Amino acid sequence: MTHTLRARTPSLRAEAPPSDKADSPWRISLRILGKNRAAMLALGVLILISLSALFAAQISPYDPNEVDILNQLQGPSAEHLLGTDLYGRDILSRIFWGGRVTLVVGLMSVGIAATFGILLGLISGFYGGVVDSVIMRFIDILLAFPRILLALTIVGMLGTGLFNVMLAVGIASITGYARLVRGTVLSAKEETYVEAARVIGCPDRRILGKHLLPNVIGPVIVLATLDVAAAILAASSLSFLGLGVQPPTAEWGYMLNEGRNYLRTAPWITFFPGMAIAVSVLCINMLGDGLRDALDPRLKL
Amino acid sequence: MVRYIQRRLLIMIPVLWGVATLVFLFMYLLPGDPASAILAQSGGKAKNLAALREQLGLDQPLGTQYLTFLRNAVRGDFGDSIFLHRPVIDILLENLPASVELAVAGMAVAVVIGLSAGILAALKHNQWLDRLCMVLAITGVSMPNFWLALLFMYAISAVAMRWNITLLPVTGQGDLKHLILPAVVLGFGASGSLARLVRSSMLEVLQQEYMVTAKAKGLRRAALVLRHALPNALIPVITMIGLTFGALLGGTVIIETVFSRQGLGRTIVDAIVWKDLPIVQAAVLLTAVMYMLVNLLVDISYAIIDPRIRYE
Repeated sequence: MTHTLRARTPSLRAEAPPSDKADSPWRISLRILGKNRAAMLALGVLILISLSALFAAQISPYDPNEVDILNQLQGPSAEHLLGTDLYGRDILSRIFWGGRVTLVVGLMSVGIAATFGILLGLISGFYGGVVDSVIMRFIDILLAFPRILLALTIVGMLGTGLFNVMLAVGIASITGYARLVRGTVLSAKEETYVEAARVIGCPDRRILGKHLLPNVIGPVIVLATLDVAAAILAASSLSFLGLGVQPPTAEWGYMLNEGRNYLRTAPWITFFPGMAIAVSVLCINMLGDGLRDALDPRLKL
Repeated sequence: MVRYIQRRLLIMIPVLWGVATLVFLFMYLLPGDPASAILAQSGGKAKNLAALREQLGLDQPLGTQYLTFLRNAVRGDFGDSIFLHRPVIDILLENLPASVELAVAGMAVAVVIGLSAGILAALKHNQWLDRLCMVLAITGVSMPNFWLALLFMYAISAVAMRWNITLLPVTGQGDLKHLILPAVVLGFGASGSLARLVRSSMLEVLQQEYMVTAKAKGLRRAALVLRHALPNALIPVITMIGLTFGALLGGTVIIETVFSRQGLGRTIVDAIVWKDLPIVQAAVLLTAVMYMLVNLLVDISYAIIDPRIRYE
């Protein structure tokens, strides 16, 4: 990245606090993100949620699968802060443990989608020609299906369970990354530095990995962040329909499904897991928005 | 213009074929033998296995199965449902209107809320109304629609218990009253992203020089917004409406289940749970075709509105 980029600074960058030494664009972006109070608050909450999921075993007051029929359908109280469900299981503990499942599903599906999507996009954009046509037709075919329907069908065929949900949601999300990366590579590969690298005999995979990939990574980070939110919603929707993570594993979407029949008598079974999903997704979206503003693509390339 | 439409239709054909092929191949994702997997789901007996295999055409070589599937699909013949013992196409056509009704109603809600919120937010940029609209928008995008549905259901039943009035029916279908709640829940989620896009698009358009010129000409605020800003701002929004329709189609799956409405989405979920393959294949294919058609219409209207596109 050359210094001339800083000369073209629009408003956001002009607000970034000045510094003596030359700043990498990444550091400038981080500073802009830091000034975004909403995004920082969201990040804080997300860290809290992640920590509570990681340390679920330590902080849960009860075993999430401990059945206690005598105490079923109790409202929030001193012993059970968020109440109990149909089987007398403590909801607070189930929410902590459910956070683990949610985190894993969100991150892993995006990992799968991003890996394959970026790969396809890089190859398609860089080589062009027949390879590009074939890959893009395949992406078009995937795009013909609404995302959740595709995930639903894949899970329906492969079977339920955590791994299949991750796979299904991941596959249904590939198209976004593929198109984004392809578009960026198409414009980036005309740049002089790519030509220069080719001229000195740089092998293709090195050009792709060392020169093109870092330029593409900014928008991909934004997409990935927002995609984690979408993946969490998709996975919990699948679980809500009974086609996702299976009982007795605590999972927020499934807990909502369990609470449906007791909505009038025990609304807390439905309310708190749904709140957990909504807050998590909201924070991820706010963080993603902040990242998008900080990594403003108008300033790169 | 006509050539543009012809070109788009021509491109659609290989994609349609690819979609049909993918739908056909879904069956082979089932672990092991499809027929056994289906029977295992329903607790069937072994002696039905051969009959099921014949019904699904699994006793034929793969190539023949594929060609038969394509040939029948084009004619709208997807065989009979394994568990309902009726032609699949009849089941789909029965359930289709309810889902289309829901999706269209949801789209109407999404467009009304999204457009109003987005335009308001853009006009009152950086004031409290802008922030409020954007908070609502991001909440709409973040909230799981099944949770929102359940919250509404709880609120209505709480009001009914306390004051003995049922504000809106919560399950069932048939008339407008039953459509309101599902449509609002469905549309609210989609309205969020629409509102954000409308806002940013309007903001960009409002800064253009032709807006300054129009204002200098002495046009009233309303004319400025409606005749100059809005048509230009809506161009990227139209593409999003196509995508939104896909999200709504997917959303009907959840909404129909939560509100106990009979429709295509619910049929798909039930068929997937029971592994009633002929229904799954046909329904997924039908949904994909509808989605492609909507996107085609969106592209065509995009070309009509923005003449620059036609001459590419």
